[in-house]
Amino acid sequence: MKTYFKTVRDLPREEYFGPGQLTCAGCGPSIAVRWILKAAGKNAIVVNATGCIEVTTTQYPYTAWGVPYIHVAFENSAAVASGIEAGLRIMNKKGLVNENPKVIVIAGDGGTYDIGLQSLSGMLERGHKVLYILYDNEAYMNTGIQRSGGTPHFAWTTTSPVGEVQKGKQQLKKDIFSIVIAHKVPYAATASIAYPIDLANKVKTALDYTDEGPTFLHVIAPCPPGWKYEEKLTVELARLAVETGYFPLMEWDHGKLRLNPPSDRLIDKKNRRPLIEFLKPQGRFSHMTEANIKEMEKEIDAYWDYIVRLMNAFK
Amino acid sequence: MQRQLTKERIGLTSNYAAAYAAKAADVDVIAAYPITPQTTIIEKLAEFVADGELNAEFIPVESEHSALSAMVGASAVGARVFTATSAQGLEYMHEVLHIASGLRLPIVMATPGRALSAPISIHGDYQDIMNARDTGWIIYIASTAQEVYDTIIQAYKVAEDPRVLLPVMVSYDGFLMSHTVEPVDIYPDEYVRNYIPKFIGNRPRLSPNEPITMGPIATPDWYYEIKYQVIRANKDSRVIIDEVNKSFTERFGNQYDVIERYMTDDADYVLITYGGASTGNAKEAVNKLRENGIRAGVVRIRLYRPFPAEDIAKAVEGAKVIGVIDRALSIGNYIEGPVYNDIASAFYTLGVEKPLVSAIHGISQRAMYINDFYQFVIKLKDFYESKSYPKNPIYLGLRE
Ligand SMILES: Cc1ncc(C[n+]2csc(CCOP(=O)(O)OP(=O)(O)O)c2C)c(N)n1
Repeated sequence: MKTYFKTVRDLPREEYFGPGQLTCAGCGPSIAVRWILKAAGKNAIVVNATGCIEVTTTQYPYTAWGVPYIHVAFENSAAVASGIEAGLRIMNKKGLVNENPKVIVIAGDGGTYDIGLQSLSGMLERGHKVLYILYDNEAYMNTGIQRSGGTPHFAWTTTSPVGEVQKGKQQLKKDIFSIVIAHKVPYAATASIAYPIDLANKVKTALDYTDEGPTFLHVIAPCPPGWKYEEKLTVELARLAVETGYFPLMEWDHGKLRLNPPSDRLIDKKNRRPLIEFLKPQGRFSHMTEANIKEMEKEIDAYWDYIVRLMNAFK
Repeated sequence: MQRQLTKERIGLTSNYAAAYAAKAADVDVIAAYPITPQTTIIEKLAEFVADGELNAEFIPVESEHSALSAMVGASAVGARVFTATSAQGLEYMHEVLHIASGLRLPIVMATPGRALSAPISIHGDYQDIMNARDTGWIIYIASTAQEVYDTIIQAYKVAEDPRVLLPVMVSYDGFLMSHTVEPVDIYPDEYVRNYIPKFIGNRPRLSPNEPITMGPIATPDWYYEIKYQVIRANKDSRVIIDEVNKSFTERFGNQYDVIERYMTDDADYVLITYGGASTGNAKEAVNKLRENGIRAGVVRIRLYRPFPAEDIAKAVEGAKVIGVIDRALSIGNYIEGPVYNDIASAFYTLGVEKPLVSAIHGISQRAMYINDFYQFVIKLKDFYESKSYPKNPIYLGLRE
């Protein structure tokens, strides 16, 4: 990762994400978008998938977007971005325009892990110079909290309810990061809204590397109504997600995988905060038994084991 | 600029005619996905791009949904775009069809018509096109390869007119046209480009110089008004379509109207249909009927959306009975022919009180014989003479 910003004071003062939107109090994704746009600057075009961010920021005749913005549908933002990128490339080549904005997709977990996976894969495979940002609130929130491929094991959602026989989501969270790097992209990273400097530097780095091909950023962004916690805890939970090892900060940079601070210190399990600190404030996990928590810990350990092995393989 | 038009006559399938037209239009971006009977269009375009004959981005997308989505993105930044599909592909795009018209993007798409699964069939009819009729797109149905070539050029002129700004679909018979060779006069690319020059900035586009938001959410407070603008744009595009038919003739010679009339002036029995084979057979049947003293005629619908109701009504003014031959189905409807229903509703509204009989033919390319059309007119005559009309479509060519 390149370092553009060292402290919060280095971040641009300009705001491209206007106030007065209709997001919930404590909305994690809207915090993510604010940092993303600050880091990206005004020479950008945003493609937004259908979802919470889209419906809360574009209510006609108002808009929160200070950069050119387009929403087309739920599953196709990577395809729309492909067209924008190809369109601008040829128009510049033909002398029809002289504009070189960065093309950025902003899509939720449903729009990325599930229904949009095909168009994302197509865009990555074709090598479009686009930064695809996944804001992960771990469920289809816009339609009222349904499970997605990004929803964690055991989590309550309205389609993974806590019943007598089945309690919460029965399957594990899909490893979207591995799916993306399997496309041999130049750069992919994870980030958390609790670490805005890391996030902003990753946005800038990823945008730089779009000169070579598609890049990807996976941002964990808690959702108070979906995760069932007090609004004031959004940033806290985004930090605990990292500190407990639930969501490692890492980057895939030209064939090398590395962990970023503070996750680099968390390979040794002793340095991780207890998982319960992340789970406890969230109503979506409140039905979990001791055994369930142990099981989840094991799953997280297994994921770390996989990451470390991957890191060693791709040093 | 080339002032003198020099035409070159070559043999082309309608699919190649479509590809040559897109090349002549100097399209900037093509995104497409293979499906029979469309595939040879995009193969030809991929060749043009690979050979440097067309300076365009060719996006080999992973699905038709992405094809049209990429077209939306490219068109939103101001590029001239082209795609093509058929059947399952058009169904897969369906969601984005409505979005393309709602966003007022001048996308042009060639759509040789094909039957829809199940059972899966690669053969031609117009079911896919009819399923797209309510999407806000302007829809032409061509009947010759020359017309395919000319209409795609016209389509850019119409779609990009700031008074229109709607996507346009140019359809024609799958296989019976898409894969059969006809002589086509092609024009020098420069001459065509002069007729349809590009104007960047005469419509809203995504640019960092002037940020706009496209594709917002509209509450019930606004949605209706915004859709009404699409209604108006589609209806009012007729003025521009007529202008373009006229200017096209001045520039290129070939004459086009929104409908084609064949021997309708004194016809007692008029067949209304669309596409190449159905129209061709209807005309041949009319020739034979007239030899036998039966005055029949044909109206071919060339512009399907916006629907040229008044033109059709006028063309059949003198008719005793009208037969509408559909190559698609609206299953569950009282009468299954989709264009029959368009005409029935138009005639009722316009006060045209004429017996109207529906026929279905050419489903999944069921062989349409001239004699089928001939016999259909004989039936129309019998109905007229007995003053008794069927309450069901006549399923021509069906083994019952
Ligand atoms: C094809 C299609 N299917 C379903 C929907 C309904 N829908 C709209 S937003 C949404 C959920 C979005 O979830 P996600 O991508 O996780 O974003 P979030 O709402 O959480 O921000 C769904 C299911 C749709 N708009 N389009």
